[in-house]
Amino acid sequence: MSEPTGATAASTPALDDAVLPSAPAPGEPLLEIRGLKKHFPLTQGILFKRTIGHVRAVDGVNLTLRRGETLGLVGESGCGKSTVSKLLVALEKPTDGSIVYKGRDVASMGGRALKQYRREVQIIFQDPYASLNPRMTVGDIVAEGWSVHADIAPRKGRLKRTQELMDRVGLNPDFVNRYPHQFSGGQRQRIGIARALALQPEIIVCDEPVSALDVSVQAQVVNLLEDLQDDFGLSYLFIAHDLSVVRHISDRVAVMYLGTVVEEGTDDEVYGSPSHPYTQALLSSVPLHEPALRGQKDRILLQGDVPSPANPPSGCRFRTRCWKAQEICAVEPPALIDRGQGHPSACHFAEAREVVPTEG
Amino acid sequence: MTGADISSYPESTAVAGAPVLEVDDLHVEFRTRENVVNAVNGVSYTVNRGETLAILGESGSGKSVSAQAIMGILDTPPAVITGGGLLFEGRDLLSMSDEERRRVRGPGISMIFQDALSSLNPVYSVGFQIGEMFRAHRGVSRKEAKQRAVELMDRVRIPAAAQRVNDYPHQFSGGMRQRVMIAMAIALDPKILIADEPTTALDVTVQAQVMDLLKDLQRETGMGLVLITHDLGVVNEVADNVAVMYAGRIVERGTVDDVFSNPGHPYTEGLMNSVPQVEAKGGRLQPISGQPPNLAKIPSGCPFHPRCFRRRLGADALPGRDCADDVPPLRLVVPGREAACHYSEEVLGV
Amino acid sequence: MTDQQQADLRHDEVQAGTTTGLAAPSVDVTDARQNSLWSDAWRELKRNPLFWIGSVFGVVFLLMAMFPAVFARGADPRDCDLTNSKLPPSAEHWFGFDQQGCDYLANVVYGARNSLVIGVLAVLVVLVLGLFVGAVSGFFGGVTDSILSRITDIFYAVPFILGAIVVLRSGTLGRGVVAVAIALAAFGWMTAMRLVRSQVIAVKSSDYVAAARAMGASNRRILVRHILPNAVAPVLVYATITVGVLIAAEATLTFLGVGLQRPAISWGLQIDAGQSLLRTAPHLVLFPSIVLTVTVMAFIMLGDALRDALDPRQRS
Repeated sequence: MSEPTGATAASTPALDDAVLPSAPAPGEPLLEIRGLKKHFPLTQGILFKRTIGHVRAVDGVNLTLRRGETLGLVGESGCGKSTVSKLLVALEKPTDGSIVYKGRDVASMGGRALKQYRREVQIIFQDPYASLNPRMTVGDIVAEGWSVHADIAPRKGRLKRTQELMDRVGLNPDFVNRYPHQFSGGQRQRIGIARALALQPEIIVCDEPVSALDVSVQAQVVNLLEDLQDDFGLSYLFIAHDLSVVRHISDRVAVMYLGTVVEEGTDDEVYGSPSHPYTQALLSSVPLHEPALRGQKDRILLQGDVPSPANPPSGCRFRTRCWKAQEICAVEPPALIDRGQGHPSACHFAEAREVVPTEG
Repeated sequence: MTGADISSYPESTAVAGAPVLEVDDLHVEFRTRENVVNAVNGVSYTVNRGETLAILGESGSGKSVSAQAIMGILDTPPAVITGGGLLFEGRDLLSMSDEERRRVRGPGISMIFQDALSSLNPVYSVGFQIGEMFRAHRGVSRKEAKQRAVELMDRVRIPAAAQRVNDYPHQFSGGMRQRVMIAMAIALDPKILIADEPTTALDVTVQAQVMDLLKDLQRETGMGLVLITHDLGVVNEVADNVAVMYAGRIVERGTVDDVFSNPGHPYTEGLMNSVPQVEAKGGRLQPISGQPPNLAKIPSGCPFHPRCFRRRLGADALPGRDCADDVPPLRLVVPGREAACHYSEEVLGV
Repeated sequence: MTDQQQADLRHDEVQAGTTTGLAAPSVDVTDARQNSLWSDAWRELKRNPLFWIGSVFGVVFLLMAMFPAVFARGADPRDCDLTNSKLPPSAEHWFGFDQQGCDYLANVVYGARNSLVIGVLAVLVVLVLGLFVGAVSGFFGGVTDSILSRITDIFYAVPFILGAIVVLRSGTLGRGVVAVAIALAAFGWMTAMRLVRSQVIAVKSSDYVAAARAMGASNRRILVRHILPNAVAPVLVYATITVGVLIAAEATLTFLGVGLQRPAISWGLQIDAGQSLLRTAPHLVLFPSIVLTVTVMAFIMLGDALRDALDPRQRS
């Protein structure tokens, strides 16, 4: 059993080409994010709120997601990656910048086009215990999308399609009338995946989908996501803080720090020869599993805390913790461009360095 | 002055033959209205001075419950310690009175938890809470307690300790709060520190800092460290010995070097195969099938057998070693390695 | 650790997952029964003795209101003979006679009807108002919330009984059962609103609501399908207890002379009438008071039991 892939969605009768064009060929850009910013106002006062500042959660992000590829987005708390995921599924409105999907800016979409966008871009959440309505059956949860977008599945065949979906994600289809609390964490995450798949999306934004799962179950879900990508031609934006998982599943990786992307490239480029000091520090702090590799890693310990996103440092945001910081770093924010290492890096003194030992 | 520190890999500080904590065949049950949950089913281990023992396990392994039993902070009821012994420096913890037990906590055995924010009282300053350790156990004055608190905050590398001693927990970042908790835990120079998933909720760079701190403190004080975690990388980098727990039992035990290079139990083997590595993209992951066990309904025989791809049942099994019927004891397989598997030699490849 | 973390730890350590029969992950075995949270609550409820005690008395009260003739043993409350005035209880007439010589058992029993109607009607109005205003306020937030909350605060500032008295005295609603019910509800809906509002705010930020929104669900769908079912539990408990409270409040208003008026039959009127004869004919105050108290207690017990059953933390 297989659902029609994204590529043939254009032939589904109800899809209106005038609303959104059909998908580009594999490998072509599907989603382009340019200069994306999201500033949350900090207010004071009870009745009449005064804005006293902004939390600059996302402060100028450029990303490209290609058809059929997985783009990994890594960073630590406060870097803005969760906000990026919310912006991508239109749960938040950008303060500035553009999200261009199939050639159209999401911010300018209204009504029907936006609804179509919401159908084609789905999200999977981190917490399997909070992302499912505890008072709805699993079947209702998975099939809800079909009530919202009535043109995808006719009412008559919905139960069968729900069960097919459940089977596809590795759940027993007989349990379509059970409630979420009767399932384990890994199973609930599969329910969330089935819910996302039900709408036959082009893109799935995975917001830390395996972080809350047991280690032995994480691999199951990762494999499932990879299989689904192969079967349905999906594109993923995979957001996580676990660098190993991101490397495994991603084709390209972007590293975020305090609201901006500091380095970007293929997994070999970013992990194998990171050129931004933050990426190097990040990779050096990942503990390795192999006893034989112990001590072979460069250890870089960062000092201090992450600055507040309400008050980021001038110029390069990483300069307060960077061992290479010079005067220019406080004055001129480094652009995310290729500085000779073959992939973009936002550092005036970018220099490739092997931090993680290569396998061997 | 900000900067990067290239530090060398810390050497082991274990002192053999000087056991500080001995856990002997511990059994803990949770008795709820609906059922009885066997959270810990016969766990034994020893921790020496200066040794770091990692307890590696996932949900439903019983690792946290056994640690809480040692600290004596289990909710009883519904928890009941149904068997086994706990010896701290030779003294039986289970036969102590509540008051004696309380006196052991702090100067003897100390514990830090996963989430520092909810383990710290939000309405008292951190200086006050750290100082409380001294006031409660050593009866010092408030002024002296505060002084000691500042010293401790310095020791756990909280910058500007003297200024921050009057700040409240919510004014610190996650990593800093964890350091505050560590400060409270080491205040009275405990012989053993139990760290229950201390870095799980922290970012990876902060995790590296905190683990480094713990190792340094251990080197300074010679205390034993029991590290409870599910993170293989943390175990590899920080621990001397590892005990792998599953369904309330220890299923493998040995040095980290040995166990991680050549696992002797299919569960350990499965864990190592299912985890992606940062050194390479790797091929398709090999997950362990199924779900973590339900401790109210532990499978018969070997509790791992429903998920084990090496299991032997019925005609395949050797006599007395049927994975579904016979519970494998934790036995010495090769020198220095214990495993609870009927076919551990096969797993090891000996 | 927070309560939630303790529960999660217990869930993870103690109740995690289920065993699988075979190796393939596609075969998952979950709990044998089908359990919605409501059916779980129902099972919890059945275990609670408070629920049964409250139910028994509540059902008796309900039947008394619906079929008073049965409970009154066929007597007519208005069939009065002055020669029987103030006679104490006897084997024939369990509650004796009142000052007019009417069978008191019949009067007390028939009084249940008015109390029930007023209690239920008032609570229905409280629920509807509370749900609507609370949901709108909590869901839309911002200026809407500010305005509605301030209006609620103004109502809060008015003392409950005083407000009801003023409304009823002014005569704008009349003096019948409906008037009393509305007067009671008008000053009692605010707590329901607050309960609903806080729950709506809590549920609004959960991931599953975000998932529905990200999917393109309309506000109406989100409110009805996702938010209200998860926000309604505390206000249901409150409503159950409030039935009892409002029955007592009606008796109070009637006793004070602003509620129901004769010739209506109400416990408040009976207590008022019997009050001056307390020394000579105590049974005139005693019987309606006892029945009133038991009825109010029944609803409070039901509400308590309901709260325990619906509270996820009380379980385990």
